[in-house]
Amino acid sequence: MTEPLITLENVKRTFAVKGQTITAVDDINLAIPAGELMCLVGESGCGKTTTGKMIAGLLPTSSGRILYQGRDITKLGRSDWKKYRLGVQMVHQDPYASLNPIQTIFDILAAPLQHHRFTRSETETKQRIRQLLEIVDLTPPDDFLEKYPHQLSGGQRQRVSVARALTVLPEFIVADEAVSMVDVSIRISLLKMFTRLKDEMGVGVLLITHDLALAKYFAWEGRIGVMYLGRMVEIGPAREVVGHPQHPYTQVLLSAIPEADPDVTRAKQRIELRSMDMPSLLRLPSGCTFHPRCPVFAGEVCERVIPLLEKAKWGSEVACHLVHADES
Amino acid sequence: MPDPILSVRDLSIIYQARRGQVQALRKISFDVERGESVALIGESGSGKTTVGLGLMRLLPTTARIIGGSVVYRRQGNGLNPAGRETDVLSLNGGNLRQFRWRECAMVFQSALNALNPVLRVSEHFADTARAHGYLSGQQAALRERSLKLLSMVRLDPDRVWRSFPHELSGGMRQRVLIALALLLEPQLLILDEPTTALDILTQRNIMDVLKELRSKLGFSMLFISHDLALAAELADRVATVYAGKIIEIGDVRTIFRNPYHPYTIGLIKAVPTLTSDRSALVSVPGSPPDLIQLPTGCKFHPRCPLASERCISEEPALTEVKTGHQVACWHWPDSPQALKSYQAELG
Repeated sequence: MTEPLITLENVKRTFAVKGQTITAVDDINLAIPAGELMCLVGESGCGKTTTGKMIAGLLPTSSGRILYQGRDITKLGRSDWKKYRLGVQMVHQDPYASLNPIQTIFDILAAPLQHHRFTRSETETKQRIRQLLEIVDLTPPDDFLEKYPHQLSGGQRQRVSVARALTVLPEFIVADEAVSMVDVSIRISLLKMFTRLKDEMGVGVLLITHDLALAKYFAWEGRIGVMYLGRMVEIGPAREVVGHPQHPYTQVLLSAIPEADPDVTRAKQRIELRSMDMPSLLRLPSGCTFHPRCPVFAGEVCERVIPLLEKAKWGSEVACHLVHADES
Repeated sequence: MPDPILSVRDLSIIYQARRGQVQALRKISFDVERGESVALIGESGSGKTTVGLGLMRLLPTTARIIGGSVVYRRQGNGLNPAGRETDVLSLNGGNLRQFRWRECAMVFQSALNALNPVLRVSEHFADTARAHGYLSGQQAALRERSLKLLSMVRLDPDRVWRSFPHELSGGMRQRVLIALALLLEPQLLILDEPTTALDILTQRNIMDVLKELRSKLGFSMLFISHDLALAAELADRVATVYAGKIIEIGDVRTIFRNPYHPYTIGLIKAVPTLTSDRSALVSVPGSPPDLIQLPTGCKFHPRCPLASERCISEEPALTEVKTGHQVACWHWPDSPQALKSYQAELG
């Protein structure tokens, strides 16, 4: 087996909030091979964005290690650190906030090209920018070079953000809710563009989203990881996580999603939670953090013991006592 | 026998911008029947929020209503037994205040900002009641009704009543807003993107709450959303809005099963769902039109694979496909078929 591009080993991240410590991400283990399209899903506050930021090197871990091409990123020398930071790029959620409003698209894309010496002359820069704009379907490129972000639609801005990430020839892109602020009619074309980056340039993408239906579409060939209160509760091949969800939380999420068909959606079987209230990160429940809400709560073991992410059916890994009790 | 609680006719609203006039609504017409739930679906910039603000007469000062009419027909109820017809656009002063909240209430987009951060939930209820002259001097009755509404939206009334907005989660705030909207027993509830920006389990909860409230209280509902699944779940009738006009309207099953407008067809195909066939998903090409410089003819023609000469020069009006289903497209009799062969050609 080839070495994963990015490896997370027991990664934990805490934040100090008003003198107290909250654990945003706890004990995440993950190996991402080069060129994988993967999705991380979960509700707000589950730690998916924090995980993405740590992968992109924008946030240090509190404990645990992140390896890039097998090497601990905290031990990289200056030039290797730079290689890693260029190799893993991030596309942020809000295309209205992530582009400088007083720079033209040309300026926005030229800055990283010139700063990191990917291009040596004005002509070369212009030529490369035209190429990049074509890759992200902003055609004809010359129509966009002199435009400012405010002259573009949300979808077009998000394409510029992706083009900017591509200027430095990354191997991996962390896309944090990259399509959720874009109109529904063009989300699919943005996702298809990411898929094409993988097919044509081998760029892997970690898409962070709260939308499981979108995750299924995007990570079809790859994996979906489901997070709850900082922990990975289920991870496996996208089709299986959606088709055969095993963790009760994944099952509840899937049953809650409305379908764009009046008969299907109204006939859908819902799984009710025992409690609607999301526990506070300041006072995480003991044992399995999902136990106060879990529809199949099984008593003491769930309250006391933190379930570990272990191999289950369908090629998935699941962190639930009941799933593993069934098997043994 | 139709008995609309709300009739909107040829409503046109513009915004004055530095670059020119934004044509937010262009002669939009629709009815909401008594007890019915109607969804207006469309993308950002389609004018759907302007419909809600226009109906509540809450437009910003840069907006102008340049034509059309809005008629609201109240039914006698316990509070006020007289049925009455109201010309909403001519209301002012006290009458307008009476209309808002007593007759027609709105749940605004972004629940996070719609509550006053320095007021407790109890004070929001008291304020709303005072502003609209409801149950004045009957503190106990007001409190009782408020607490009942809060438990109807599945909140713990005793806890929430004394809370400040920042002590509540997004979903809880949204439910407080829904309870607040229902305080004066309005007959029509307008909801602008009621579940956008909420987590999926919270969305589910809000949808269930709305369904339950509607069956208990029997109000009519107009909701505005870009979320097709929400419409599939909650609406009796669905209208697709594009460039300030309704381009297709019909009952919810017809719109999702047999849509005729290429834009409606495109929107439905563009939304991934858990059960949808992955290969059938396609984006609608292009982006929404500039409302200051609208395209000629059919406003969808620059994005439409079926666009012909006539689409470029003449704007189609809503035509009846069958009773209760109307579409504004020159190609409607064969649009579904033509789109299919177009897709097949693309491979």
